[in-house]
Amino acid sequence: MILIIAALALWAIMWTVNVRLANGESAGTSTVRLLVPLLFGLTLLAMWELVVRGLELPIVILPAPSVIAERVAGSGPTLWVDFKQTFLKGALGGYAIGCTAAFLTAILVDRWDFLRRGLLPVGSFVAALPIVGTAPILVMWYGFDWHSKAAVVVLMVFFPMLVNIVAGLQDTTQMQRDLMKTYAASYWQGLFKLRLPAAMPFIFNGLKISSTLAMIGAIVAEFFGSPIVGMGFRISTSVGQLALDMVWAEIVVAALAGSAFYGVVALIERRLTFWHPSQRR
Amino acid sequence: MRTILPVAVVVAAIVAFWYLAAIPMNIHFAVTSAQRAGAEVTPESGAERRNMGAIALAARNPAQWTDSWTQAKPRLPVPHQVVAELWRTTALQHPASKQSLVYHGWVTLSATVVGFAIGTGLGILLAIGIVHSRAMDMSVMPWAIASQTIPILAIAPMIIVVLNSIGVQGLIPKAIISAYLSFFPVVVGMVKGLRSPDAMQFDLLKTYNASRSETFWKLRLPASAPYLFASLKVGIAASLVGAIVGELPTGASRGLGARLLTGSYYGQTVQIWSALFATAILAAALVAIVAGIERATLKRMGLAT
Amino acid sequence: MTQVPVIESKNLDLTFETADGPVAALKDVSLQIGAGEFVSFIGPSGCGKTTFLRCVAALEEPTGGSLTVNGMSPEEARKARAYGYVFQAAGLYPWRTIAKNIRLPLEIMGFSRAEQEERVNRVLELVDLAGFGGKYPWQLSGGMQQRASIARALSFDADILLMDEPFGALDEIVRDHLNEELLKLWARTGKTIGFVTHSIPEAVYLSTKIVVMSPRPGRITDVIESTLPQERPLDIRDTPEFLEIAHRVRDGLRAGHAYD
Repeated sequence: MILIIAALALWAIMWTVNVRLANGESAGTSTVRLLVPLLFGLTLLAMWELVVRGLELPIVILPAPSVIAERVAGSGPTLWVDFKQTFLKGALGGYAIGCTAAFLTAILVDRWDFLRRGLLPVGSFVAALPIVGTAPILVMWYGFDWHSKAAVVVLMVFFPMLVNIVAGLQDTTQMQRDLMKTYAASYWQGLFKLRLPAAMPFIFNGLKISSTLAMIGAIVAEFFGSPIVGMGFRISTSVGQLALDMVWAEIVVAALAGSAFYGVVALIERRLTFWHPSQRR
Repeated sequence: MRTILPVAVVVAAIVAFWYLAAIPMNIHFAVTSAQRAGAEVTPESGAERRNMGAIALAARNPAQWTDSWTQAKPRLPVPHQVVAELWRTTALQHPASKQSLVYHGWVTLSATVVGFAIGTGLGILLAIGIVHSRAMDMSVMPWAIASQTIPILAIAPMIIVVLNSIGVQGLIPKAIISAYLSFFPVVVGMVKGLRSPDAMQFDLLKTYNASRSETFWKLRLPASAPYLFASLKVGIAASLVGAIVGELPTGASRGLGARLLTGSYYGQTVQIWSALFATAILAAALVAIVAGIERATLKRMGLAT
Repeated sequence: MTQVPVIESKNLDLTFETADGPVAALKDVSLQIGAGEFVSFIGPSGCGKTTFLRCVAALEEPTGGSLTVNGMSPEEARKARAYGYVFQAAGLYPWRTIAKNIRLPLEIMGFSRAEQEERVNRVLELVDLAGFGGKYPWQLSGGMQQRASIARALSFDADILLMDEPFGALDEIVRDHLNEELLKLWARTGKTIGFVTHSIPEAVYLSTKIVVMSPRPGRITDVIESTLPQERPLDIRDTPEFLEIAHRVRDGLRAGHAYD
């Protein structure tokens, strides 16, 4: 009971501090901008710990953060091989293949107006479908190992990527195209000097969306069958054994990997599209 | 009209490619069963065939091509088989029967819609809080954005099992996953929308000495509509995926996700494909409904033609 | 003025097919522009002044009559890179620095690296932007951006410069300054310039020849040869001579314009 009250008290204190910070004079500084969400996150974690201990929740319902941290620290090798199997092979492999294929297809589609008008609606339609459902089929075709997971990822990232790149290649003004025409520029010159650079913000938007999809695809596809390694495999078997600390450990890894993946793409985006209004500082 | 013809051509090309691809995919089994039935096939030896590439085998046995489109458990069922299965499991079954895709679709759909409603409602509330409280904005918003980069779906099995262990089963656990998946896109989109009016428009209301709530109802909320609908379309699709993935663990026997899973256990490829098509149709219908409401609303507001 | 016309149009017609029926953007436009002339096109919107310039640049296809540029068809002239074109907005690529923007046509036209470098520096100097080559367009003011876009059109040294309301979006003070600069530049380079504007003082101040146009259908109502001297300080705009030409232009505009 004391722990529960402590949790509530902690919340009250944190919230008071945050309200002060957010409405204080130094609210605009980057330190405060970082501090406020950090404080919020840490308080939530602490409350989680206190509530779990206070209510003596069994591990099969909700393990405390300390238990999860212990599990992450204690299962390094297992988590690493799972990470290698699911993220490095399945997600990244599929991501690379899918994005490259979408890029080449987009260039091809863009060349012919007829193809673009036909493929774009179909592509946007497919992009809105729950493609992760193809996982059982692809597992059947490509086996239990990472190849089938990569195939699911390829399918998942291909269409959002295609739609974004094709839309990006269209994102030039009449004036910009006229300018290239007054230079009597060839098709390829127009593509490389105008349309590809102009498409960069769209391409990165697609790459960012796809980075999240790739993680989801690789993990969920393992629910349909996998070798005895992989993050999705570990999650589904640990759930079966009610070893929820292991499940949470894998989720921590997945969250870190997912945001790191996204962060890297966003960083490259900042480097390459510094000129875009949304990126200028 | 300008898009109908190209789309029709592309779809036709996909279907044609599908039939074509089914030949090498299914040819090994087609040739083997044809030989068992006493037909001439080349090469004669089964071992030799196993070592052959599918396309080469298909090229040498044109007589078995049509057989590859009619198998009961093909590696790749062709469109008409899937459509026939869809027809058999919808129109020809009683909707309450466990054989009926309508039944399974309904199970998934109800979880999706309940979850979507919860997620959207909470998302809008949180967005309103974020827009009006600086402390909330600074504390929660970074996490809301960061959470979009995390494969949240991975926790789906755990939610199902944990809730199951405390006695909550059926629709609720799946709805929670659905709600969770649609929650964050709605928060982020709605915050963007509520902030979308420019400074001049806020200044105008200030000159009228409008209160916070008047500003909210007369400016922020109407201005957020296009952003809200854009997130709702993302959210409803995410909700459906959430409900389907929520049906995968614990050997659930009801719902489209369960159809996918049992199909993959028993190698019932036609069943998998028809369940897949059912999810696609459901997703398209849900997004279309949201888009329809969007069009009607924005039109009434004069934001779209 | 030389006798061989650089741009020659005879009975030029251009009709756009729109949903509301055909619209005559240009009707029976005949005009000769000699080498080294500075010709302004002035008229209310819809009079076809921009359309005519776009026809010269082979960005629009006339539906009747004949049009030659340097004795060739506009399409051939475009392929031969006979002209530089300056648009209403600077239209610089935000992902390229000013210098690289000016280099863009040179890259496309296959100039050697050394020559690209040399030409970029020369035209930057010419438009008074030396030292700004490393900046990005969005770091410069609107006037500087438009100067950069003129430099871009000058970089490959075509004999003809086509300018479509290049200063329309700028404020009066910047515009005056750029007008002065443009005249100096024209004097130094001796290019043939086609210049679309809707400002009477601008047209009179800059041109050796003013073409007054009117809408529905787009046609020429008057061609005024300027009597102003080559050397034109800004205050020439207060002289009676200037005002008289301006007056004639205004009359031409009024005559061709039904105020409906």
